Amino acid sequence: MSTTPSTTPQSPETGTARVKRGMAEQLKGGVIMDVVNAEQAKIAEDAGAVAVMALERVPADIRKDGGVARMSDPNMIEEIIGAVSIPVMAKSRIGHFVEAQVLQSLGVDYIDESEVLTPADEVNHSDKWAFTTPFVCGATNLGEALRRIAEGAAMIRSKGEAGTGNVVEAVRHLRQIKNEIAKLRGFDNNELFAAAKELRAPYELVKEVAELGKLPVVLFSAGGVATPADAALMRQLGAEGVFVGSGIFKSGDPAKRAAAIVKATTFYDDPKVIADASRNLGEAMVGINCDTLPESERYANRGW
Amino acid sequence: MNTPVIGVLALQGDVREHLIALAAADAVARPVRRPEELAEVDGLVIPGGESTTISKLATLFGLMEPLRERIAAGLPVYGTCAGLIMLADKILDPRSGQETFGGIDMIVRRNAFGRQNESFEAGVTVDGIDGPVEGVFIRAPWVESVGAEVEVLAEHDGHIVAVRQGRALATSFHPELTGDHRVHSLFVDMVRAER
Repeated sequence: MSTTPSTTPQSPETGTARVKRGMAEQLKGGVIMDVVNAEQAKIAEDAGAVAVMALERVPADIRKDGGVARMSDPNMIEEIIGAVSIPVMAKSRIGHFVEAQVLQSLGVDYIDESEVLTPADEVNHSDKWAFTTPFVCGATNLGEALRRIAEGAAMIRSKGEAGTGNVVEAVRHLRQIKNEIAKLRGFDNNELFAAAKELRAPYELVKEVAELGKLPVVLFSAGGVATPADAALMRQLGAEGVFVGSGIFKSGDPAKRAAAIVKATTFYDDPKVIADASRNLGEAMVGINCDTLPESERYANRGW
Repeated sequence: MNTPVIGVLALQGDVREHLIALAAADAVARPVRRPEELAEVDGLVIPGGESTTISKLATLFGLMEPLRERIAAGLPVYGTCAGLIMLADKILDPRSGQETFGGIDMIVRRNAFGRQNESFEAGVTVDGIDGPVEGVFIRAPWVESVGAEVEVLAEHDGHIVAVRQGRALATSFHPELTGDHRVHSLFVDMVRAER
């Protein structure tokens, strides 16, 4: 660390909760896009993405290929870091804290401890307080979100069902989280202890959520957004921004669709803008009906 | 009472935190996304966020020119982080096609303090504010050089991190994330002085 001039009364501190959570605050109202190479990363940046998620295969392809999905090749991640000036995120497996250590050493701006990759530990998630790099984690309900925050996550995304192009699970999980928060708002102090027990989350966090009426960290939505209207839907339901995975680069005209989703995310409450953004986008990704998806292939079930 | 109406450019970024800070500093705060909303405010905050995204959306939705005109005509403005970049007359290393609103005669360097792992908190002494301000620097820019009309309000580690030129104020750091509303109060006073 460099020396502190006399004008600064305290020495600079990195990796604080405020700096980690504050980073996510800067992404609000934006779209974070999955990219698999430098060229896609540039397309995403030019379209107005606030960040990119660097990974070897988008979830739709992970689904198709099967097998074990792991952290991406460091070369590929570094290439993407070198190609764009917006923040770069990358995924580690759940509980694979060594993959997370590697990602931190590469200088990624956010680590996604992600159910899209094959979990490395079926009991424990990574201790995210141990890192300078902030983490985002998925959640299907409030208890899961608060457990991740207790482990140090600085941002939460509702999980949805990645790689399906079907927004139904994203809606289910975001509604679940929002409904549970609304319910807490109505509880008195006596009820919050039982609520914490039921949510299997620390009492202090439950109390904080009850007071704030929101999570103490930024909440995005993920897993199934494929159209501008999908993105606007998640925003209207209360997501502060969206992750779009396979939906962009598995579509007919990625550059155009990416820009359209960005527009609809900012003007999520203006149907005219969403209509204009939805015109002539070419083919959307084909998509999967989530009812026909076997339990074992539901990524949202991973993590606990 | 003389309560100014201050907008927060709400294309992307930490809009909510600025709205809260402005309200705490006794202004009427409202989000601004359209030219007609811009016409109704006495001052404007450009929030933290991604400067490339904000620049792109401002152009797409017809805010770039109206905003440049109003800032040039003396609209009080305050930018934090990405907002500081948007108020710079020149960016040292812009992405292709990245434009700014301008308003402050300075050259800025984006992400100058480094990537997220280098993001930090430190006390900052700001001219015109008593006692140190908690500076939250997130992938923060710094000001590389300023013109003769620009007042340097704060430095960190030898780099310029807060400036003022006439009715335009900018900081590399994010007072809106701290609950300390003194910088916002300074800006609200600037807006009040113009009414």
